[in-house]
Amino acid sequence: MTGPLTWFKEVREKYVHPSKLKKIGVLGMNERNISYISRYNPRHLYPLVDDKLKTKEIALEAGVKVPDLLGTINEQHSVKDLIKILPADTGFCIKPANGSGGKGILVVTRQDDNGYRKSNGQYATISDLERHVSNILAGLFSLGGKADVAIIEDLIHFDDCFSGYSYEGVPDTRVIVFRGFPVMAMMRLSTRDSNGKANLHQGAVGVGLDIGDGHALRAVQFDKPVLLHPDTGVNLMSLKIPHWEELLNLAVSCYEMSGLGYLGTDIVLDRFQGPMLLELNARPGLTIQIANGRGLLPRLQHIEKLGKKQRMKPADRVAYAIEHFSSR
Amino acid sequence: MASRTPFYVLVGLLFIAGIGLTLHRHMALDIPWLPGETRQTWSIEAKVDFEATGEEVIASLAIPGTQPGFTHLNQQTASPGYGLAYEERANGKRVEWSIRKASGNQSLYYKVDMLVDPYAIPSQSISPPEIKAVLEKEPYATAAQQLLDGATARSASPYTLARELIVEFNNQKQTAELLAQVKPRTAWLVQLLQQSGVPARQVHALELEDGRRRQSLIDYLQVFDGEEYALFNPMSGKQGQPENLMLWQYHSGPVLEVIGGSNSSVTFSMIEQEQPFGVALNQKFADNELLNFSLYDLPIEEQALFKNILLIPVGVLMVVLMRILIGIKTSGTFMPVLIALAFIQTSLSTGLVGFLLIVGAGLIIRSYLSHLNLLLVARISAVIIMVIGMIAMFSIIAYKMGLTEGMKITFFPMIILAWTIERMSILWEEEGAKQVMIQGGGSLAVAIIAYLVMNNDLVRHLTFNFLGIQLILMAFTLMAGSYTGYRLLELKRFKPLTEAEKS
Repeated sequence: MTGPLTWFKEVREKYVHPSKLKKIGVLGMNERNISYISRYNPRHLYPLVDDKLKTKEIALEAGVKVPDLLGTINEQHSVKDLIKILPADTGFCIKPANGSGGKGILVVTRQDDNGYRKSNGQYATISDLERHVSNILAGLFSLGGKADVAIIEDLIHFDDCFSGYSYEGVPDTRVIVFRGFPVMAMMRLSTRDSNGKANLHQGAVGVGLDIGDGHALRAVQFDKPVLLHPDTGVNLMSLKIPHWEELLNLAVSCYEMSGLGYLGTDIVLDRFQGPMLLELNARPGLTIQIANGRGLLPRLQHIEKLGKKQRMKPADRVAYAIEHFSSR
Repeated sequence: MASRTPFYVLVGLLFIAGIGLTLHRHMALDIPWLPGETRQTWSIEAKVDFEATGEEVIASLAIPGTQPGFTHLNQQTASPGYGLAYEERANGKRVEWSIRKASGNQSLYYKVDMLVDPYAIPSQSISPPEIKAVLEKEPYATAAQQLLDGATARSASPYTLARELIVEFNNQKQTAELLAQVKPRTAWLVQLLQQSGVPARQVHALELEDGRRRQSLIDYLQVFDGEEYALFNPMSGKQGQPENLMLWQYHSGPVLEVIGGSNSSVTFSMIEQEQPFGVALNQKFADNELLNFSLYDLPIEEQALFKNILLIPVGVLMVVLMRILIGIKTSGTFMPVLIALAFIQTSLSTGLVGFLLIVGAGLIIRSYLSHLNLLLVARISAVIIMVIGMIAMFSIIAYKMGLTEGMKITFFPMIILAWTIERMSILWEEEGAKQVMIQGGGSLAVAIIAYLVMNNDLVRHLTFNFLGIQLILMAFTLMAGSYTGYRLLELKRFKPLTEAEKS
């Protein structure tokens, strides 16, 4: 059997009928944009999350832990002052304030005689760093190419419990917070493919986490299920996040802080300071559903059914989510 | 959540308005649904012959205007040495030739193009003539009165009176022959109808038949009933205008008047032509600007411009559908539409080769630029200059090699190309060649689809001729904007999810 019939069969194997997705409540891109993002995220609040400096400000006001700010560079002519801002001998991180999708983030893990060691193992010179900062200021990484600000932050000392789970880079936890309730979570582990970055579409591994206790449910890379970390070979199913409730509480407090109803929070576990807010995202991606092996819609609709009048405290909301959204 | 009703009402209104406008244009202006349709036009030439007496000459010929069934398109004359004027009087349009001195046989030509048009709007209203009483000599008066009495007894209205009168003429052959000694039958019919209070006149018509020459005008009887009128064949008494009959002179007055000449006559020759409806419409709307709001009112050059501009919504809708329904990633939201517009100018294969050459070469040079550590604005400007240089170079190479097609590469939007190269280059550095292929290929695929749709003859025809289509496109775009279902590629992306459920 060849010809159109085989082709049709192949297509049928690759694609799934929309009614099946509907049945398990998978949230699609169009529905996310219309029914959740534009309905629950007021446009005027976007700058709070798109600009990492502003996010940091409101986080500090709200008492949410964030990585220490070492300094900022606002103008091209102050790029040469970069060396004064950088720490003398430890690692650091340079980010664009308005970067999107993890673009333009440069992580220096340590400094030695060869220069600045980047997270991918290559070395950079101070002029490389200055060029990077200059690119950031020119708006290379910001949406629409508008002028930007470079942020220099303290490096996160990520928790030892994650060693082996991540190939270079910082593993972070993405929690979707809907109207103040944590509805779904996953951990993003960087791989060789992702070049040390924790972005799923670049090849990072996404591990779905149980809202109840933070243990691994399922892992995916490039939208396909995996069991072992492709570089380190560690069984991903053995992953369990420590300080889980503390982490959820931090995520939930971002709702009050930002005012956004449909929010993606990126949280890292620091060895010394515990959960820290890395950044907020007003348009969180949908791959979290594949990592969790379930759709977002049933949980989102569950929260919507609670109505607008509920006035639970953050801790109560975490408890509510743990009770209702755990798989155990 | 706010009620969706106003939204659906808006979409519905847009649909109804769009379809209504489109139907109106089709029905009221006779614009066909399909491109390439032709319209029948008649080229009629009137030849005026007379012998000039050697003094000043004025020749005046009645000419037709737009009338029920025919739209006047254009006219011209050939009359060496004569002064020319077109006159529009209450009793119809005329062309008037004049010359100070002429002698011998003179031939003047007048040519008119008439479009066969069931939707013609007459340029001059046809009003009933004034009733004039004529006193007739005996025995003709009695004979005529006798015919009229017979017809009046058997009729009830102006039209039936006219018909019965002709029947009477046909039946009472002897009386008719007697009357014919004084003046022709049509003149009698007019006179008798006038006498019984029915406005009527003799009109001159032309029977249209392809390729006929030396034809003369036929008399017809025009009978008024209030503001309405009907035509009667004065011989057979048949009512109504035959399909191939065009009125030449349908106001009171002579067909031809010659002062300073004798033995004057006018003969007609005619040919039938098929013209593309666009040409025909252009001519039809060239005169009456206020009558119809239409793109045909614009000069030809602007029309050509609008032909392309009105295609953009179609291309944009394609991008919307590709992104919302299919989920194809493109680099730069509407870049594919601009590329598709360039393809329309260059033809697809030349356009594709040119696009790939420029972007490919651009990426290589751009990778060198990234080592120079330039500020963003300066770098993009450098890429723009580079793109222009490459376009110039490729044009020259193509020309030297004898490929004139290659010259069309200049139709590409250069700023857009520069941004495309810049974006692709950054994408390459950050996410690798694979993403460049995915997004670049996606953009190109959407551009090709948009090109195929926009270059379709039917689509070009519909968007240009039916502005209502734009409202329908708008309605579709709004509907697509509120589509919350899955994208086609999501069905593939989320497939692992359904497998997780089973295990």
